[in-house]
Amino acid sequence: MNPILTGFKEALTLIFNLDRELLSIISLSLMVSGTALVLATAAGLPMGAFMGLKKFPFRGVIISLMNTFMGLPPVVVGLFVYLILSRSGPLGFMGLLYSPSAMVIAQCILAFPIVSSLSHAAIVHVAPVIRQASMTLGATPFQVTLNIMREARYGIMSGVIAAFGRVMAEVGAILIVGGNIAGYTRVMTTTIALETDKGNFELAIALGIMLLSLSLLINMFLYVIQKKGMVTIVR
Amino acid sequence: MLFLVLIVPVSAQQLETTSAERIRCASTTSTENSGFFDYILPVFEKKTGIRVDVIAVGTGAAIEIGKRGDADVVFVHAKEQELKAVKEGFFVYRRDVMYNDFVIVGPDNDPAHIKNVQSVSKAFKHIAENSSFFVSRGDKSGTHTKELTIWKIAGIKPRGYTWYLEVGQGMSKTQRIANEKRAYTLTDRGTWLTLKDKDNLEMMIVFEGDPVLFNQYGVMIVNPEKHPHVKYREARKFVDWLVSGEGQKAISSFKDKHGNQLFIPNAYR
Repeated sequence: MNPILTGFKEALTLIFNLDRELLSIISLSLMVSGTALVLATAAGLPMGAFMGLKKFPFRGVIISLMNTFMGLPPVVVGLFVYLILSRSGPLGFMGLLYSPSAMVIAQCILAFPIVSSLSHAAIVHVAPVIRQASMTLGATPFQVTLNIMREARYGIMSGVIAAFGRVMAEVGAILIVGGNIAGYTRVMTTTIALETDKGNFELAIALGIMLLSLSLLINMFLYVIQKKGMVTIVR
Repeated sequence: MLFLVLIVPVSAQQLETTSAERIRCASTTSTENSGFFDYILPVFEKKTGIRVDVIAVGTGAAIEIGKRGDADVVFVHAKEQELKAVKEGFFVYRRDVMYNDFVIVGPDNDPAHIKNVQSVSKAFKHIAENSSFFVSRGDKSGTHTKELTIWKIAGIKPRGYTWYLEVGQGMSKTQRIANEKRAYTLTDRGTWLTLKDKDNLEMMIVFEGDPVLFNQYGVMIVNPEKHPHVKYREARKFVDWLVSGEGQKAISSFKDKHGNQLFIPNAYR
């Protein structure tokens, strides 16, 4: 009778009878958030290293801004991206609104400050001796940076994991720019929101449980990578 | 940032399924949440091969999406607003499609005693005089527009009173809030019938039947002269099908779990 309990039961049933629709929803979630995370990391890591290792004017301001942007409200990001991509907006000619691409862009904006801020924090905490030692051993500035980032990899990984958590759980931005179109831009979080609206609480809870389990699996995988220290640093 | 903008469309292109013809329809939560589109769109797609992507928001937002050119077709329920937008040149080819009606739902014990009043504006007056809680959508949706019209007829400005709760949420959430607060609210019969049992709402219909509560749904196409990318030909096929004998028959055969017909076709009255 209790929707939470029946939700657990339904979650198990759903997992055992994975239908095509649900599979496509899950894979779209992973694809959108995964692509956003890769792009945000590719841009955020150099940004974090730059903020951590270089002295430049307004550095403090930039760092504070990045820290603030970690708390960007998804709805605001969604609205911003909507207005940019709308047919009446500056990039409307690209026809990207209400597509998975638009969702990737929005989530990228949400993930980028987290990756850059947290990797910045990890990098500044690397003992100065690493930098000095690398330099005395004749490393080029680029090699020095790589060494420092290797030392900071645990912290950087935490940043990437935090950013992943944020985009996987996010619903406000992708609802606005994706439109929650069935079979096209419907992902796990927007399905949960819709099923809640439709009064299908058991199904909504079941999907929530699946989403959490999926995140758990991915985080366990990331933990193993972190443990093994196999992190290959993306330039 | 430029790098991102350039690379994202390429990388995400693979995500997009290739379909020859698909149009985008901005519509309301009441049609989506009741399962109406899930029922009717496959019938249309099977006949024409045109896939209709639905974006379900409130009526106000749906019209705005259409005005900005972000949809091809708009399917909503606020006739006056629709006609105004057509007159302003944002939309063309507006057609009546179907109707149902609004009802006032409230707590079983009906504290404001509106069960037997003669008109919906009288009912609203009773609610105000009794200071009974009233939950308003407050989101410029079709239902909200209708509610504001009724307050106007009743000569009451409810905003600012402690009994008047503007929640800014969809119909299903608004009903749930009304249920928790033991409040009245205005809802469309479709959403009420669909969710009354599912949500265990301890409420009942306390007022219905006033002609003011008539809820007309209409469809219109985004003006291709304003937005040249609009798929007018496909959109026209969709509208023509909705108002055709076949489309109208499909609409009337849509029933909820208990066999209630939620929308009554009236394209050609």
